[in-house]
Amino acid sequence: MTGFIDNLIILPILLPMATGALLLMFDDRLRNARALVSLASTVMLLVGSVLLVMQANAQPTGALAVYELGNWPAPFGIVLVADRLSAMMVLVTAILGISALVYSLARWHSAGSSFHSLFQFLLMGVNGAFLTGDVFNLFVFFEVMLAASYGLALHGQGAARVKASLHYIAVNLAASFLFLIGAALIYGVTGTLNMADLASKVANIAEMDRGLLETGAAILGVAFLIKAGMWPLGFWLPTSYAAAAAPVAAVFAIMTKVGVYAVLRISTLAFGAEAGVSAGFGNTVLLVGGLATLAFGTIGVLAAQTTSRLAGYSVLVSSGTLLATMGMGNAGATSGALFYLVVSTLAISAFFMLVELLDRVRIEGADVLAVTMEAYGDDEEGDEEDEIGVAIPATLAVLSISFGLCILLIAGLPPLAGFVAKVAIISAIFNPDGLTQTAPIPPSAWWLTALLIFSGFAALVALTRTWINTFWATMSERPAPVRVIEIAPVLLLLCLTVATTILAGPALSYTQAIADQLYTPAPVIEEVLEPPAPGQLVEVVP
Amino acid sequence: MELVLAISIGVLASCGVYLMLRPRTFQVIIGLSLLSYAVNLFIFAMGRLKMNGPPVLGKDGVVDPSLYADPVPQALVLTAIVIGFAMTALFLVVLLAARGLTGTDHVDGRERR
Repeated sequence: MTGFIDNLIILPILLPMATGALLLMFDDRLRNARALVSLASTVMLLVGSVLLVMQANAQPTGALAVYELGNWPAPFGIVLVADRLSAMMVLVTAILGISALVYSLARWHSAGSSFHSLFQFLLMGVNGAFLTGDVFNLFVFFEVMLAASYGLALHGQGAARVKASLHYIAVNLAASFLFLIGAALIYGVTGTLNMADLASKVANIAEMDRGLLETGAAILGVAFLIKAGMWPLGFWLPTSYAAAAAPVAAVFAIMTKVGVYAVLRISTLAFGAEAGVSAGFGNTVLLVGGLATLAFGTIGVLAAQTTSRLAGYSVLVSSGTLLATMGMGNAGATSGALFYLVVSTLAISAFFMLVELLDRVRIEGADVLAVTMEAYGDDEEGDEEDEIGVAIPATLAVLSISFGLCILLIAGLPPLAGFVAKVAIISAIFNPDGLTQTAPIPPSAWWLTALLIFSGFAALVALTRTWINTFWATMSERPAPVRVIEIAPVLLLLCLTVATTILAGPALSYTQAIADQLYTPAPVIEEVLEPPAPGQLVEVVP
Repeated sequence: MELVLAISIGVLASCGVYLMLRPRTFQVIIGLSLLSYAVNLFIFAMGRLKMNGPPVLGKDGVVDPSLYADPVPQALVLTAIVIGFAMTALFLVVLLAARGLTGTDHVDGRERR
């Protein structure tokens, strides 16, 4: 292997960090040069993450690359671990990053200082959180990501943003302290912070310390679930996401998935089947909390008065679906959930960008009208003379089609990938052992299925209502001032989801491979804790 | 010593939580600071309490490792302090911006009637 491939795993962290630092030195007037450097770096990140996915997928067992920072072997030093799951998440981040960045070049990147640096630091934090194999390092990358996200949430100024950010920062700071308490408790009990080492030690914890370990894991879990927006920890989320600028909200769509990812990683590694007494710890909480989040998000979607809040609540629906499915502890369902994760992240990100474009087309308060008109009957009289012979402008048609695709994806209707993902989840929870076997179906499966279908239905109602009011019953005669570089990233994301629909077979077998790897972590643990090659570790002779 | 430390962590944390739930932004930031002190002390405590234990192994002879202080929590606390400090500074800036933009220091940006 070449040196480049060996060091590929650190590229998604180093590249945005170096770019972000470099861009800090640019003068504000060199706006175009800044944008160009930022864009070039993100394209390189995309190429690197594609290579990483291919590299991780090519490994037959465990699909793993372990990178020892500072060349210290695993339990002592910090390692980066790239398995199929991390590689896939890094790829999704890079795709979202590039589309949000292109979108921001139209207008948003010049709305405040240091947009590009903060953006790159956010990418660095998210990628680092996906790639790290160490609990405390995960905290550090979470903080890098959050620090950048605070700056980005405030980007563009305005009292609404500052008010929303104040709550966002306070909640996330408190969550960070919980994270520290959890990590410290786990370290105090097991004496290690390395995730693989932790996994190998959990089974042999003294009975006396087990309560302490589980407390630590639970506190850590609360910190992750705040990021993931689980009910009742996610009330800050719709407000702050709705207040953020469109490209920022689009890239924030991945941040809740970082929380989901961390929960999945820790729960399958430390509390998987091999954890002895603690096996499956927290699954019930995930299941019940996920179902509650799903229900809360669904109600929020129906009740939202603006489209951006609607998008914020769709994030909660997506988180709830993922958490509840993970709580089932079923490899097949988790595979479906991972597919859903990719699709829903892309769709919601595209939706956040689209919402801003829609707001330019429609009149003020159209959403409020949509809700009230439905409740009290539509008694509005249109000007009939204006409606004769109005040609459909091309921009409006493109916007309308993109919005339609977003509806199909978020509601999970056929023929697009959202539907495939939901079918994969539902079919797996009713056939845990394959079609030939009949295992008893837990009552939670029925709840999850009912809520999944109902949330899809609610999203359909809410989104179609907005759609009709924007495109059919619009009272605005203004042409849509939409630039190509604004609509292109939306179309790119939507085309990608269409591509995942067409390639659903290979994609699902990839996520199935991830799920299998997650639920049998033994090879991964072995690979990370591999004894050092002779000569690598010099033993200290006293 | 364990009792003193435990009580001080408890007092700091409870004061921090109480202040964090108050309606004024200044109280919230003081609450967050107190909470971060409590957390930092807690991380220390997780490395087991020990008086005068050196954190680095000496060259001379094999010594019982139970005599040494665990250096990892100290490294963790250092990182946590730096990060917590930076975040508090950032929160302070946002607090001032909110004060300037909304004209009130209520966390919701408007006084509750």
